[in-house]
Amino acid sequence: MRAVIAEDLALLREGLVRLLEAHDFETVAAVDNGPSLLRALVEHKPEVAIVDVRLPPSFTDEGIRAAIEARRRVPGLPVLVLSQYVEQLYARELLADGTGGVGYLLKDRVFDTEEFVGAVRRVASGGTAMDPEVIARLLTRGRAVRPLDRLTPRESEVLALMAEGRSNAAIAAALVVSEGAVAKHTTNIFHKLDLQASDDDNRRVLAVLAYLNG
Amino acid sequence: MKKTFQAMGHGFVWFWLSIAQLFVWTLAVVAICLIPVGVGIYLTPPLVDAHRRFADRARLLAHDWSGVAIPRPYLPEPVQRPGFLGRAERCRHLLTDRATYRDLLWGLTDPVVGVFLAAMTFALPLYGIEGIIMPAIYEVFGDMGFNDWYTGIHVWHGDPDAAWWCVPVGVVLLVLGLKAAPWFERVHGRWTGGLLAPADAAALARRVTELTRSRAETIDASAAELRRIERDLHDGAQARLVAMGMTLGAIEHLLEKDPAKARLLLAETRETSVRALNELRDLVRGIHPPVLADRGLSDAVRALALDSGMDVEVTGALPRLEPPLESAAYFAVSEILANAGKHSGARRVWIDLRLDEGLLRIGVTDDGMGGASLETGSGLRGIERRIAAFDGVLALSSPPGGPTLVTLEIPCAQ
Repeated sequence: MRAVIAEDLALLREGLVRLLEAHDFETVAAVDNGPSLLRALVEHKPEVAIVDVRLPPSFTDEGIRAAIEARRRVPGLPVLVLSQYVEQLYARELLADGTGGVGYLLKDRVFDTEEFVGAVRRVASGGTAMDPEVIARLLTRGRAVRPLDRLTPRESEVLALMAEGRSNAAIAAALVVSEGAVAKHTTNIFHKLDLQASDDDNRRVLAVLAYLNG
Repeated sequence: MKKTFQAMGHGFVWFWLSIAQLFVWTLAVVAICLIPVGVGIYLTPPLVDAHRRFADRARLLAHDWSGVAIPRPYLPEPVQRPGFLGRAERCRHLLTDRATYRDLLWGLTDPVVGVFLAAMTFALPLYGIEGIIMPAIYEVFGDMGFNDWYTGIHVWHGDPDAAWWCVPVGVVLLVLGLKAAPWFERVHGRWTGGLLAPADAAALARRVTELTRSRAETIDASAAELRRIERDLHDGAQARLVAMGMTLGAIEHLLEKDPAKARLLLAETRETSVRALNELRDLVRGIHPPVLADRGLSDAVRALALDSGMDVEVTGALPRLEPPLESAAYFAVSEILANAGKHSGARRVWIDLRLDEGLLRIGVTDDGMGGASLETGSGLRGIERRIAAFDGVLALSSPPGGPTLVTLEIPCAQ
């Protein structure tokens, strides 16, 4: 699988390249700043891009902005954003176009190689990978009346895992229930959040969006 | 017409205040003159204070009635020692304050200029009325031996024609008096302001005192902040890194002998590193939140709103401002939001951000139960002190039952 990596710290960049190559990814470009990231994304149209939020020249949110711009030019381009911090504001902006292939994780999730590579593959195949920290903060928020309040505790748990981007099988494993039970919960969730039934996988993304917009 | 009658009423009050003030003024001057014989040292402070109360009252009325804002010009009082020496020092302080002499100058001239201006608001219309009713009263006046002239018309006993001449003159004077009453009031306000406002030097001295205080507070606050950061690093991330180093040493040792144990320790070390990272992250958030650094105040406040447990709506957009100012405003908003969540039981909060004419205005309104006060809310005091370093002010409106509105205004040069 062809990947583009953007990270300004050489040590971390090399580490990511090595990690991905050990898992059968091919790094077509490894860049260290915003403008060359955008060029690399548009030129190579990789199957997945792994992008640090803070990049030169501005050392602010260059990575997020490059990712959004690249997805505007190449719709659906899968981007996994890594950051020292996860901010809901940025998570929303990444998901705003309502299509999948987006991830936003804390940098130290890389430590858990299996989990991290799983997230990269999920994003590459058009899924989402939201950091548990974003999800956790969403769960603790909100006393106001929102559609999310209609969910049962179990359904909230399922939605939280779904928002991280996990498949029904993975959710079933995490909650130690059958896949059928998870499927029933997800149907209820979609129903309660007024998401129309369709064959489109992106209902999961929409559910995450509904979650974020709480 | 309402304004006219108001001005007349006000003029009437002014008039008597000026007269009363003159008595106190006389006593105060006598007290100062008695200082060389000792008695004055006891008499001066209370009498000068009493005179200041009159001046304060005049400042207040000038503001309420004529819209002239007159700041208090007095130098800050030193702490008074007990006994004779303390009183002597108090006297010295009062006599070296230039505002005392400006007050006394006002006290001397106000009974002339002030009384004239104040009296004009009601005396001129009353005089006009006297002219209008002159034909009916001139005989009584004459009998009582009063002055028998009215605005250059000689009204003598037994000449009704002359009295009738007074009527049109009285009408003119009445109309003129009614028209001019608000004007006289305004002039009076401005005249009071001219004498009772701080002289430039006094204003500068006050400013220096304020700045010295806010500088001291800022330095204290940042020193405390540095101590907190140092302690957090020392007890948190630093300690964890040391522990990780030690565990790694143990793992090195166990690698050959007991690989299973080594694997267990490795997992533990990884967890420790995650915890150390979390602590560093929280610390950085507390110093300089990432969104604030990346995007500036508007988006940082939006991010705060998203993380808040309440339903927070943010309106308005700001350009990038000076980083220290952005940071101070951010932490102020953050604390106000936290207060609203903790104490007021609010469910919804509205935050309005605006920048006009070099003034950053932030309004935070919540639908909570109100009752917040600057006296009891030490958090609000802290915010006030923090933004005071930028000459910012905090206004609070929080009646019991709500809603609470906190407004921050911070000047910022663009």
